[in-house]
Amino acid sequence: MPERLGFFNSAVMIALVAAITFILRAAPFALFGGRRKTPAVIIYLGGVLPPAIIAALVVYCLRSTDFTVHPYGLPGIASVIVVALLHIWRKNTLLSILGGTVLYMTLIRVV
Amino acid sequence: MEKKKLIPHAFRLTLPVMFGYLVMGCAFGIIIHTKGYNFIWAFVISLTCYSGSMQFVLADLLGAAAPLPSVALMTLAVQIRHVFYGLSLVDDYKKCGKKKYLMMQQLTDETYSLQCSLTVPDGMDEGRLRFAVSMFDHLYWMAGCTLGAVAGALIPFDFEGADFAMTALFVVIFVEQWRSFGTHVPALIGAGSAVVCLLIFGADGFIFPALSAATLALLALRPVLSKKTKEGDENA
Repeated sequence: MPERLGFFNSAVMIALVAAITFILRAAPFALFGGRRKTPAVIIYLGGVLPPAIIAALVVYCLRSTDFTVHPYGLPGIASVIVVALLHIWRKNTLLSILGGTVLYMTLIRVV
Repeated sequence: MEKKKLIPHAFRLTLPVMFGYLVMGCAFGIIIHTKGYNFIWAFVISLTCYSGSMQFVLADLLGAAAPLPSVALMTLAVQIRHVFYGLSLVDDYKKCGKKKYLMMQQLTDETYSLQCSLTVPDGMDEGRLRFAVSMFDHLYWMAGCTLGAVAGALIPFDFEGADFAMTALFVVIFVEQWRSFGTHVPALIGAGSAVVCLLIFGADGFIFPALSAATLALLALRPVLSKKTKEGDENA
């Protein structure tokens, strides 16, 4: 094994990352979950935020795509479109995901 | 009776994540092993940090013996998007009792996407279904990370690109929400602000400004949208 940080320093760094991650994930619940009645604005956001977040996550997944050099982001974009079409057509989650992933893995090897 | 149906149902719901998490977890296990950390470390990290993107960054930080203040800043930058996930699950997680504290820690991108698109079959306990979904996802991830560190290098198949399964999962949920939602405005706002912020801030720092802008826009449109989403719920 290569030289690395000692046990204690490694454990501290991991604990720090775990703690910050947990605090960020728990923050909304700590702020708005304690009261018996959830504020109306949070209930509203709970309804409209998911489609906005999911749309942003699709972009997030494709964020490192480079459209300026070969293959111009084609594998990612084409596979996303195929997943969407497959899902509109067959409405089968596993089929859509498997089909798109196999296509993507093929495209990045042959294009 | 109920228990028999609940676990298989949760398993089916999480199948897409299983595929992606085993492959991505394996990739992490291989990387952390090359940095000099064995499978016990991989297991502990996947248990406590439990985050796809951040664990890969952590592997770099560990390898570079980065100073703790920069580790903290880096973690904030990569993970801050998570503050938006809880916002839309505050009420749902109230149904999960004390388990919700564990479920907050388990709220990854993928688990969030399953939780916010979850449909509960008649007669099934929603709190327990949500908990089972959350646990299944975490177990896949821990299994992937640990296996990768033990034997990842021995797997002869080239899995490059298999992490596209996560992108595909988000696209599937996007399509389903597009069809079932009373209005397409929230989805368009999310996509629009993400693309604009990506162009302005670049790949590394765009997601938090994008989600902030989308949230502000949705708050500004509340008088219009709160009516439309209610209509959508009735139509669904």
